[in-house]
Amino acid sequence: MTRARALLIVPLAVFVGIVVLLYSGFGLGRADLHPSALIDKPFPDFELPTLAGEPPRRSRDDLVGEVRLVNVWATWCPTCAAEHDELARITGETGIGIVGVNYKDDPNAARAWLAERGDPYLFHIIDARGDLGVDLGVYGAPETFIVDAAGVIRFKQVGAVTADTWRDSMAPVVASLQAAAP
Amino acid sequence: MTGRTVLGITALCIAATLASAASLVDAYDFDNPALEARYRTLIAELRCPKCLNVNIAGSDAPIASDLRRAVRRMLEEGRSDQEILAHLQDRYGDFILYNPPLSPATVLLWATPAILVLVGLLVLRRLGSRRDAVELTEDERARLDALGAEDP
Repeated sequence: MTRARALLIVPLAVFVGIVVLLYSGFGLGRADLHPSALIDKPFPDFELPTLAGEPPRRSRDDLVGEVRLVNVWATWCPTCAAEHDELARITGETGIGIVGVNYKDDPNAARAWLAERGDPYLFHIIDARGDLGVDLGVYGAPETFIVDAAGVIRFKQVGAVTADTWRDSMAPVVASLQAAAP
Repeated sequence: MTGRTVLGITALCIAATLASAASLVDAYDFDNPALEARYRTLIAELRCPKCLNVNIAGSDAPIASDLRRAVRRMLEEGRSDQEILAHLQDRYGDFILYNPPLSPATVLLWATPAILVLVGLLVLRRLGSRRDAVELTEDERARLDALGAEDP
């Protein structure tokens, strides 16, 4: 009889267990939802108009050759404005070239945005419809890729590049890739 | 409320639901009905990366619209369903598939129903064996007979 009574607690224990499990899920970040997508795969081919207009178009060939950052951004994206100064600091201090992908944006607004905040990028390509975005597995902005000298994607940062993410996760990758490059 | 009013309101609700469902999906014209059928199946199987639990057929998020356009483009390029799913899985991970492959990360997802059925069977067996063990006393049997006799 005592055993039967002890068994009565089982459903309650299971319920509490599920509540704890689900509640702890609230604390998990969403950044790791798409962990391995396109890592160690070549950067997709593209041939897109530039924001500067000169040269009128850029392709994948303009990207490869050196370790680069590719930053997907837009004027409608508040986080992009927040990370802008950090990107400027990174390229100023390390000399790494940053290629901008102006993602589903109004090109005129984008040019005005850059005129106001400064333009630390090598160049910007215009992905007006988000087709390159789909090829890159982009599902929001900003996203920042580290692309090695051979044009292979080595790292993907979803969300803002901050001083912490740069120091802790991105700078070491860039350093090892630059050391490996001839 | 009369039956007629209820009927009218129900019809309105259904019409509104259908209208909103239809407006979510871009009006893509396919020349080929087979291609269109494959398109509908694929966009129902692909999960919107931005919205956690909606397929790209049912989401009006911009990214879902981009993905529908990508699926359509690849279909028209003559790619197979497998190639299209693999292409998007490479970019968006297993997350994008509503029918995820068996992998160490998803093994629990696939095994849990079988485990639950097994546990259920075990519980049923135990309950069954316990019931068999119940012996009625003479008194109880007499009462049972009396109750049974009252049944028509």
